[in-house]
Amino acid sequence: MKHIISALVENKPGVLAHVAGMFAARAFNIDSLVVGRTEEPDLSRMTIVVVGDDRVVEQVRKQLARIVPVVKVQDFVGQPVVARDLMLIAISAPAEKRPEVLSLIEMFKGKVVDIGQKFVMVEVSGPEEKIEAFINVCKPYGIKSVARTGTIAMPRHAKTDTAPARNAQTQESQ
Amino acid sequence: MKTKSRASARSAGQSSIKAGAQIIVDTLIEQGVDTMFGYTGGVVLPLFDRLYDAPINFIIPRHEQGGCHMADAYARASGKVGVVVATSGPGACNLVTGLATAMMDSVPLVALTGQVRTELIGNDAFQEADTTGITRPVTKYNGIVKDVKDLARTVREAFHIASTGRPGPVLIDLPVDVEVNKCAADGKADMRLPGYRVRAKGHSRQISMAARAINKSKQPVLYVGGGVIISNAAEELRALAETAHLPVTMTLLGLGSYDQRKPESLDMLGMHGSAYANYAVQECDLLIAVGARFDDRVTGKVATFAPNAKIIHVDIDPSSISKNVSVDIPVVGDAKTILGQLAKEVEYQERKEWFAKIAQWKKKFAFRYDQSTSAVKPQYVIEELCRQTKNEAIVTTGVGQNQMWAAQFYKFVKPRQLISSGGLGTMGYGLPAAIGTQIAKPEATVVDIDGDHSFNMTMTELATAVEHNLPINVCILNNGYMGMVRQWQELFYGKRYSKSYVKNPQYEAVAKALGAVGMTVDKKADVPGAIKQMLKEKGPCVVDFRVEREENVWPMVPAGKSINEMDGLDILESMA
Repeated sequence: MKHIISALVENKPGVLAHVAGMFAARAFNIDSLVVGRTEEPDLSRMTIVVVGDDRVVEQVRKQLARIVPVVKVQDFVGQPVVARDLMLIAISAPAEKRPEVLSLIEMFKGKVVDIGQKFVMVEVSGPEEKIEAFINVCKPYGIKSVARTGTIAMPRHAKTDTAPARNAQTQESQ
Repeated sequence: MKTKSRASARSAGQSSIKAGAQIIVDTLIEQGVDTMFGYTGGVVLPLFDRLYDAPINFIIPRHEQGGCHMADAYARASGKVGVVVATSGPGACNLVTGLATAMMDSVPLVALTGQVRTELIGNDAFQEADTTGITRPVTKYNGIVKDVKDLARTVREAFHIASTGRPGPVLIDLPVDVEVNKCAADGKADMRLPGYRVRAKGHSRQISMAARAINKSKQPVLYVGGGVIISNAAEELRALAETAHLPVTMTLLGLGSYDQRKPESLDMLGMHGSAYANYAVQECDLLIAVGARFDDRVTGKVATFAPNAKIIHVDIDPSSISKNVSVDIPVVGDAKTILGQLAKEVEYQERKEWFAKIAQWKKKFAFRYDQSTSAVKPQYVIEELCRQTKNEAIVTTGVGQNQMWAAQFYKFVKPRQLISSGGLGTMGYGLPAAIGTQIAKPEATVVDIDGDHSFNMTMTELATAVEHNLPINVCILNNGYMGMVRQWQELFYGKRYSKSYVKNPQYEAVAKALGAVGMTVDKKADVPGAIKQMLKEKGPCVVDFRVEREENVWPMVPAGKSINEMDGLDILESMA
């Protein structure tokens, strides 16, 4: 089963290496790992997608929490979350196919960010399934290259309203 | 660990401009450090200059690995944080085995390593290595200090992290310019560890649930590990075992937490544990694990481990719980607090049938060896040693057969009495460990029960023992083989002894050349006299016991089998 794990970590050197190294050393598989700054300059958020049975994911969570600069770990499984991926994709779009391609982009609410003689570069964001679907419908036209961010996620309303990151960090994850 | 020394009391309160190296030394002293182990080098010269007249007993090993093991054993024997220093590059790399050893066995250790100048980092400078990168998986925490202002705080954090929760090694990498740069040291830099929390007190509802399970159990077993020793919980363990009337089995690192002379003791369990411990675990209806982590050498085949038991697991590290074996009643917290609480909530149960069954197993499958031959049996050497030291020596070991026989035939009675590399199984640990232990406990009788091949790995440290005139006793159980490897080759590889022996030196001569006392014993009748003589020596003494070459450790659970599927029981029975 797929789990989205969100880890609030201290923003200092070596933390990403520590987390990535732990995953490798304990033979856990990472689907995606995204790191970015938060509203607090000294904290970053890692969003990690892992696939595994409950016992494996439980270990992932505990091993993450054990890393000293990891401040808080949450597993979003079983709760409503907004999860998004961002993709840049360059699609073959010669003049005769261009209207078709543009209408597809329109249907997926993509945004054309660069355009050339033969290719268009499109920015698409959304849940992973949407991104995958867009890649699939573009395939027949020819894809030049794809760059994706991996998933970031946040639990829906109630949680985020009442528990901003700073207050929630003291909450023990185990 | 927080005792203020005179030096720091003098400087407390005054804000003065100090170089990084001085800040390090002052903070070490503030943390109660009076003994350090380490080796100098180019980029730690500023630090060593400040150590020149510091009130710290400094031990120089002959190799950084030895220094790291010494600091590790010093910590295990004393309960204090061990401190080791090494230079950059090769110095730091040589610490890796020692750090991994300490990590696996949860030993509080602070390692300080020099690093090339900040602006050279990443340039493949002379003696540069990515020390934090290399040591990250073998430390509880590590970091590089790039600003002298962060030094005092980082050193304090290192001691705090190393010694609290589930202890472990912490490494701080120190670029040489940071050692030289100056800043105002006000001595009050607070720790900043938002991600580090220790839960000491167990959840009271979980504890009550555990107590009820104990009261209800007809066939319980207490299974205790090194965590009980680390948290100084032997007294609470005794109270619980006596109050509720529970049999106690110990892991290798747990030995010493419960007096093995007592009837409730089932001695060690696992691959080379006692048959009675293994049978009791397999038949128990309740397994109470405390400060132990269900290592594969303990559980054997996990799927059939303690098949009828409900499992209580007390551990301060939440990630240890349900890692290998799924647990019914987890209690996260410090063993001392939780055992103390449990002892108050349990009731005495006679459990007559259960103890009778255990007594039968104990009688039938006691650890035994062939006493009829005139050959020197390694087990006999250890039994005789145990007798002459009245169960009171502190024993360090190498790894392999020597270690397992020490665990089986020396009967430990108090905590911190067995200092052995359990998790990592580091050959060569015994001698430097004996040195670290003797320095921590100058009055104690310290005996390294070693193997010849283990001793070969770090024997250069004998020179360190001689330099400090430490009265350590080294008993080499010399069978001329990497004994445990040979045993496996005999049992599982058709006696093809592939690359499992080297040409050994004359240990007696080596000892004498290095300035120690050396002896050789090849007759059974000479064993008691040699041990007596060894224990009388005022300096380091090495005895080369030429033991039966192809003796095996019994019983043995072959890899992948359940722990009640032991080989060698017929051999034990035949010697009854």
